[in-house]
Amino acid sequence: MKLSEIVDALEAAVICGNNHLSKEITTCGASDLMSDILAGLSEGCILLTGLTTVQVVRTAMVAGVGAVVFVRGKKPPQEVIDLAREQELPLISSPYSMFVSCGRLHKCNLTGLDGRR
Amino acid sequence: MTTLKKSYHIKSRDFIRAGEASIQIQTLLKSLNFNPKLIRRVAICGYEGEMNVVMHGGDGSLSFAINADEMIMEISDDGPGIPDIEKAMQSGFSTASDEHREMGFGAGMGLPNMKKNADDIIVESEKGQGTRVRMVFFIDKGGGVR
Repeated sequence: MKLSEIVDALEAAVICGNNHLSKEITTCGASDLMSDILAGLSEGCILLTGLTTVQVVRTAMVAGVGAVVFVRGKKPPQEVIDLAREQELPLISSPYSMFVSCGRLHKCNLTGLDGRR
Repeated sequence: MTTLKKSYHIKSRDFIRAGEASIQIQTLLKSLNFNPKLIRRVAICGYEGEMNVVMHGGDGSLSFAINADEMIMEISDDGPGIPDIEKAMQSGFSTASDEHREMGFGAGMGLPNMKKNADDIIVESEKGQGTRVRMVFFIDKGGGVR
């Protein structure tokens, strides 16, 4: 599904990357453990996390993550947003908890990193 | 014959800049049109390695060379060293602090993930003697699909 549809499903706010909302996303990883994302098949996925550090953006860049969703309405510090903008990584803020955000995306047919659902 | 060589300083406990070297290498490899899967493996190894140095290792360095048929990444530090390398290579074994975990690292997956992504890895360390990790990535015709 398109990133714009994910934004709608989560009633989310786009922090940066508005020009990348037509990007196709099929898999989703939800973790506060960046090593899990680095160890998984995370290329092109959407990453849901409660962490808002600069290392979330670096992990996403290294792993080739398609977009990052911060749950519980979190917004990262400005330097994190600046880095993401520079790297053209879309950042999104979902008002819902990790659990509810995942549930909404699962309902939209997104799969886990391994393709299962 | 070495065609290209880069080296970077890694500063102990500099969590803000950790990973910058790996991103620069990733950008360089993309500009040289290497296979995306190979680039991803190299970047992941570098990033996990940089985080290890920043979290555990004292000051260190990352050097990276692109040769005709392989890439070599060496990460070394002057930190406390690894008393039991075999244990450190096991998935889930960790000596990280809560501070590290709060940042999403320190789950004992760094070295195992580097081993998984490199074509060859040698870890040399002794207690009090720092740590050196040498990784090789083959630039084969398949382009690094594993």
